[in-house]
Amino acid sequence: MKKLLIVLLAAAMLLPLLPVQAEGVVNVFNWEDYVNPEALELFEKETGIKVNYMRFTTNEDMMVQVRTNPAAFDVVFPSDYVIERFVKEDLLMELDFAQVPNADNTLEWLKNPSYDPDHKYSVPYMWGTVGILYDTTRVQGPIDSWQVLFEDTYKGEVFMLDSIRDSMGLALKYLGYSMNTQDPAELKAATDLLVKQKQDGIVKAYQVDETKDKMVAGEGILGVVWSGDAQYAINLNENLAYVVPKEGSNVWVDGMVVPRAAKNPENALKFIDFMSRPEIAQMNCEYIEYSSPNQAAIDLMGEEYLENPNLNPSQEVIDNCEFFHDIQDRITIYNTLWAQVKNAK
Amino acid sequence: MKTIKRTYLALILLFLYVPIAVLIVQSFNAGISRAKWEGFSFRWYQELINSPSIMQALYVTVTIALLAAAFSTILGTLAAIGIHAMRKRPQAAMMTVTNIPMTMPDIVTGISLMLLFIFTKVERGYFTMLLAHITFNTPYVVLSVLPKLKEMNKFSYEAALDLGATPGYALRKVILPAIRPGVITGAMLAFTLSLDDFTISYFTTSPLVQNLSTLIYSEARKGIKPTMNALSALMFVALLVLLLVINRRTADNK
Amino acid sequence: MTDMRVPAWGWWLMALGLAGFVAMLAITIRRNRGVRRSLYAWPYTLWMVVFTVLPLILIAYYAFTDKAGSFTLENFANFWDSNRAMKNDLLRQGFDPNALGMGARGTVNVGTLVYSVWMAFLCTVISLVLGYPAAHIMADREFKLGATIVVLFIIPMWMNFLLRTIAWMSLLEDNGLINTLLQGMGLPKLRLMYNSQAVLLGMVYNYLPFMVFPIYNSLSRQDPRLSEAAMDLGADQWTTFRRVTFPISMPGIVSGITMVFMPSVTTFFIPRVLGGGNTEMFGDLIERTFLTADDWNVGSALSLIMMVLILLSLGLLRKVDPEGEGGSLI
Repeated sequence: MKKLLIVLLAAAMLLPLLPVQAEGVVNVFNWEDYVNPEALELFEKETGIKVNYMRFTTNEDMMVQVRTNPAAFDVVFPSDYVIERFVKEDLLMELDFAQVPNADNTLEWLKNPSYDPDHKYSVPYMWGTVGILYDTTRVQGPIDSWQVLFEDTYKGEVFMLDSIRDSMGLALKYLGYSMNTQDPAELKAATDLLVKQKQDGIVKAYQVDETKDKMVAGEGILGVVWSGDAQYAINLNENLAYVVPKEGSNVWVDGMVVPRAAKNPENALKFIDFMSRPEIAQMNCEYIEYSSPNQAAIDLMGEEYLENPNLNPSQEVIDNCEFFHDIQDRITIYNTLWAQVKNAK
Repeated sequence: MKTIKRTYLALILLFLYVPIAVLIVQSFNAGISRAKWEGFSFRWYQELINSPSIMQALYVTVTIALLAAAFSTILGTLAAIGIHAMRKRPQAAMMTVTNIPMTMPDIVTGISLMLLFIFTKVERGYFTMLLAHITFNTPYVVLSVLPKLKEMNKFSYEAALDLGATPGYALRKVILPAIRPGVITGAMLAFTLSLDDFTISYFTTSPLVQNLSTLIYSEARKGIKPTMNALSALMFVALLVLLLVINRRTADNK
Repeated sequence: MTDMRVPAWGWWLMALGLAGFVAMLAITIRRNRGVRRSLYAWPYTLWMVVFTVLPLILIAYYAFTDKAGSFTLENFANFWDSNRAMKNDLLRQGFDPNALGMGARGTVNVGTLVYSVWMAFLCTVISLVLGYPAAHIMADREFKLGATIVVLFIIPMWMNFLLRTIAWMSLLEDNGLINTLLQGMGLPKLRLMYNSQAVLLGMVYNYLPFMVFPIYNSLSRQDPRLSEAAMDLGADQWTTFRRVTFPISMPGIVSGITMVFMPSVTTFFIPRVLGGGNTEMFGDLIERTFLTADDWNVGSALSLIMMVLILLSLGLLRKVDPEGEGGSLI
């Protein structure tokens, strides 16, 4: 017994030493469930570079990680306004586009986006909208406005996003303001609306990624979701439908960036270029079902993609939507107001 | 009266076991949905074996638990012997230090260690998680060994020395046998605590190194796949068997 | 494969510590025939200073300083008025909070603390009410299965607590098992989840064993002759329980209360899963302040307040159980 114990302990002591540090690694920090695992395997097979894949669930959590531990990541997938913030904080490396030839496949309107105006730091990975996913068998009347989220009709049946910018943003849009407003009075009005929504018992839960599965299971009637989650849910439950409300909404881009402190910048560029290859971009797009920023991949996907309004919204819808911009000067105000919403009784 | 008592206990146990039964049943569901039964299958067990992230997390969890238990048992046992031999004042001081982490909420322990690692610019990962686990385990070892030392005959150690034993020999032959049950309890306790810890691991590791708890936490947000259920069903059975074996052995020894 | 390298300094530090310790021991053993055994506690002392005392000092440091590092009590003022930082920001940017209707004192932080203490209190009371009879039955001499049932109480604790909590979700959802059963019997569905009752249920489920063990321990150690003597002297069953058994189990009760109340106050995760994120508990608040709002100063102040609260309640319990026997877990 005693000898066995000693052997076991000795083995345990040695275990952590076993994984030898691979010569080539790339540390990737991406959203939860946001890549086709096969694409990672293909990359490893082709280049011999080991992918350390790490995941986050909200931009805010990711920002803290990247700020406190920037050297741990080689490729990060932040959203537009976070890229803008990171550039301001001088956290990102300028990309050497000569090594990322596939970045040329990017859609024209995303080549010089407002969050990275000179197109120096990021390559778009996916884009999409925010809208309402609804159960067509249980709604009353058409769903085309944020209005329904604040109506008594759907009391206790609405899933909201547990995400500061998205929830505040839709309330602002509903009131006719910009999602990027800096005006405290407008922020206050949006907060009051969300507090009332909660006090009236309309909200069932605040969550992030859980909503799609719960909507599939029929746990709610309305859910605020990202377009890709909507597509995923619709594929699993044909009673569901998705709409970008007429007041306008948020259009967002998740880009690929390299932190200045990255330990393997060369591999990072290889990874980004690989992800921008038409076949790989198509593979990811069909797996996670968001909109692709990659013209060549879209050409490969053809009709089916082009005719799906959830993935390929009309120019009219896009023009009605806004990008988020960095609101660092108001971040304390946002955080405080959001805490008021979440704790309203 | 007797039936009432037994029914009551049965009800409490039912309360404890229903969710676990649900977990295990779901692990055999062919479909992914938590609510709908779509037929019996081993699909999730197959996926479990093929899931590198879960196997990795299992590996991290088990090695950390073993290492942390081993290290804190040594550290804690030595400390208990030392504290026991101290004079009153330093002893009281040591007991206070030992009691701090036990009364500290997990979240504060985790965050304070996170601050320490960030402050000293130590990259968080496997090693920092191990350090954190040793830190919260050791006081439990100290507290389970100390009572055994108090029960020991005060003079047997000195008698051994008087009879010509070297201090090391006396430690091995006199003290250790007397406190063995306490050491074993401490080690078991440390292992269990470390195996199930979520809060402290969550704050002291990077997203790169996940143990089962932190992996489940990040997956919980998008809906846990039944692969996790398959894993816990397996662990449940393994622990049950282990427990039965231990029980049998102790019964034999009697 | 994750990256598990131990940094070089880590090995050096461990090697150095070990070498120092061995050298110290060797020297002492040589000098005096009887080793000063108190030296054995040195590595532990060092360890605790580095990994317990130092981090606590860091928390205190952050709690009493601002972002620039100079002394301030502002973080505690922020606890009392959760809108304070926002109002200061507004003033700095040339707005009048009062004119905007944003001048009121923010009650989020204090409210969350009160709510957490209240929930922890309810959880402790329910666990005590459910757990005491169970422990009492198990400790009964005539009940032969007591030891087995203790094991049955332990086993669920080996399953990951996050998974156990999520399992409750499958039971409580609108289309979950319980509601499906209700529907099958022709009864209306109930809203079982996304409220504080569900959170409370999750807490009691997770912490109940911590109440049962210590009480069971103290009751089973009791000498059965004591209650027999009481009966012989003419006390009825109730009086015997009230005057003999109950006082003897007091240390167990105190220990149980401590072990349930402490983790319940700082619960996080359960409110998010079972409560649908509709109300925060203090643990969620601390986590959000550190990891989402990225404010270490206020976060540290909140942690400090939490610690003081726990120490106070422990002090209060000490008064009930002055010998401190309640600490015995095993």
